[in-house]
Amino acid sequence: MAELSATGSSAQTQRSWYKRNEIAVTPWLFLLPGMIFFAVYVIIPIFQSVWISFHEWDGLGEKTWVGTANYERLLFDDRKFVTSFWNNVKWLFLFLLAIPMGLMISLFLNQTVRGIRFYKAMFFFPFVISQVVVGLVFSWFYLPREGLLNAILGFFGFGSVNILGDPDLATYGIIAAGLWPQTAYCMILYLTGLNAVDPEQIEAARLDGAKGHRMLWHVVLPQLKPATFIAFVVTIIGALRSFDFIAVMTNGGPFGTTRVLSFYMFEESLSEFGFRMGYGAAIAVVLFFIMLFFIAYFLLSMYQDEREARR
Amino acid sequence: MRSMLSTAAALAIAATGVTAGSHSSLEGTLRIISDMSNPAPRAVMEGLAAEFDEMHPNLTVELDIVDREAWKTQIRNALSANPPDVVNWYAANRMLPYVEAGLFADVSDLWAEEEMAALASTKGAMTIDGKQWGVPYTYYQWGVYYRKDIYDQLGLSEPTTWEEEKANCQAILDSGVKCYTIGTKFLWTAGGWFDYINSRTNGYDFHIALARGEIEWTDDRVRQTFANWRELIDMGAFVDDHQSYSWQEAQQFMIDGEAAAYLMGNFSVASFRDGGLDDTKLDFYQFPVINPDVDYAEDAPTDTFHMASGAQNPEAAKEFMRFVTSAEVQTKINAGDALGQLPVNANASIDDDKFLKEGFEMLSSNAGGGIMQFFDRDFPAEMASVGMEGLQEFMVFPDNLDDILERLEDTRQRVYQ
Repeated sequence: MAELSATGSSAQTQRSWYKRNEIAVTPWLFLLPGMIFFAVYVIIPIFQSVWISFHEWDGLGEKTWVGTANYERLLFDDRKFVTSFWNNVKWLFLFLLAIPMGLMISLFLNQTVRGIRFYKAMFFFPFVISQVVVGLVFSWFYLPREGLLNAILGFFGFGSVNILGDPDLATYGIIAAGLWPQTAYCMILYLTGLNAVDPEQIEAARLDGAKGHRMLWHVVLPQLKPATFIAFVVTIIGALRSFDFIAVMTNGGPFGTTRVLSFYMFEESLSEFGFRMGYGAAIAVVLFFIMLFFIAYFLLSMYQDEREARR
Repeated sequence: MRSMLSTAAALAIAATGVTAGSHSSLEGTLRIISDMSNPAPRAVMEGLAAEFDEMHPNLTVELDIVDREAWKTQIRNALSANPPDVVNWYAANRMLPYVEAGLFADVSDLWAEEEMAALASTKGAMTIDGKQWGVPYTYYQWGVYYRKDIYDQLGLSEPTTWEEEKANCQAILDSGVKCYTIGTKFLWTAGGWFDYINSRTNGYDFHIALARGEIEWTDDRVRQTFANWRELIDMGAFVDDHQSYSWQEAQQFMIDGEAAAYLMGNFSVASFRDGGLDDTKLDFYQFPVINPDVDYAEDAPTDTFHMASGAQNPEAAKEFMRFVTSAEVQTKINAGDALGQLPVNANASIDDDKFLKEGFEMLSSNAGGGIMQFFDRDFPAEMASVGMEGLQEFMVFPDNLDDILERLEDTRQRVYQ
């Protein structure tokens, strides 16, 4: 017995360090490439951005330390920032309309009739084409004279409107364009969610006399909660990434009234008349904290869901 | 025997090689990055590179052509990492960041050479801190391009004063046509109008002082410029909804006869002609006098070649710059079937083209005030971008002027510290 254990322990010392720690180390080895890339492309740049935001820098020469001057100007003395911020807020709220609209279309399409696959494909179509193309199509649609929208308005005897040229309407015009593909995305999420709805519960509810709104609200929607959560997440993220539509449709204009924070950041730091890296970085940091607020909320609710599921 | 023959042959070849090489001692590679990406300029640039390559047998010319808009942001990366020898850029304030960062090479020695005296007209625009940082290859005039047939029909003639201009405009408006087309979606077109009205109202020196940040935007003289401009806006002289169109889209209004004139650069002529306006329908006049006490100043943006300070082959780069500034080459590349613009070299000849001739005439004999490089090249970048946004807003909502000027003044106080 003593002999056995002795040989056992000597064999153990002969085994390499890796062999001894295989179970503990292997997951980390698999994670390592991802962690390195995440650090190099996400974590470190966050700190670099914060560092740059305390400087004045044209991207070429020496950086000059200016302390919090960029933030002071940005938060207290910059009307462009105020406009961009409120446009971001408008985007966040109005973009959420994509969720109920997607739900309605998916309920409408969740039936078995001839050619339903074709209709589903047609409704999903806007999500497949590039945002840039959607933006272009809508900007033609809105054109003040030749555009289809004004042709329709003219047919019904209304005067023409120049949505993208009107500082009060332009942002809403762009959001409407953005809603088109986003609604399709939410629709697909709900269609897959509806497949997973338990037919027995529907049956039971029907026996109890539920129909219409009550059926939707008390029986179907609770079962769609995971789909709603994902739709909420992708829509919030989509609203904060609204850059492409703005760049294509108005380029921030007319006179800067459709800027959002991401577009303003791009303009200050990377556009033709930009290269004020420090100020651009300060905008990026502010945007980062706004996003962090939502990300923290999502992470928290995901964590709570998992804990409940484990119980 | 055979080996001797081949040796002799080899020697002979080597000898001819030496004589050919004695024309040019340039060796190695010359790397050029150009932004001449539109079809006609592209052909010009490719021709230049091929010809220079042929002239110097031991030199290989490598040419990269980058999209013109993309180059405006890419030039920084191109110059700082593995820089080429020669690049395209623009004169005046637009080269300041690269000069300050030490990315453009000082080519004052080139300008000291005798042949460069022919380029004297743009020397000022190429000078920063008393040194020259590049050479010009082309420039073009700005002015009012108008529908001659519409003017003839209404019995109007080219205006020379602001009063005539407004009277013409009223007559045109009464006939149901807009006086001017413009597309301000990308802002810079409004800068042209400001350049002209401001320099005609207050003179070239005032305009440049404003560009240098020496004058407040809330100054009464600046307000006078906007007041003059507003006369046209209040008449309804400009096409509606111009904030939704690019400059090319706005050309359509003039081609369709819905607008009578366009304040533009000469590069617009090609697409006017493509749109069916021949020389009987399209004509040109110099922007009229507003204040008779100030001399004509003209927008004539200059496009340039620069040597990177990190150039691997500075000798070849300088030789290339001598080549593109020579009278023959400038004549050839600016011809109507090539760039269709004006050569900078005073000894070059102008192609037989109505607009080139008129432009050359105007710039050489009737621009005593001075040559402006255009709003977005004369003003520093941040001032230009805030400024052009304000100009666009003014053209749509002239009542916002006070607010706009205050904003520009805030920017001025920050930018020129």
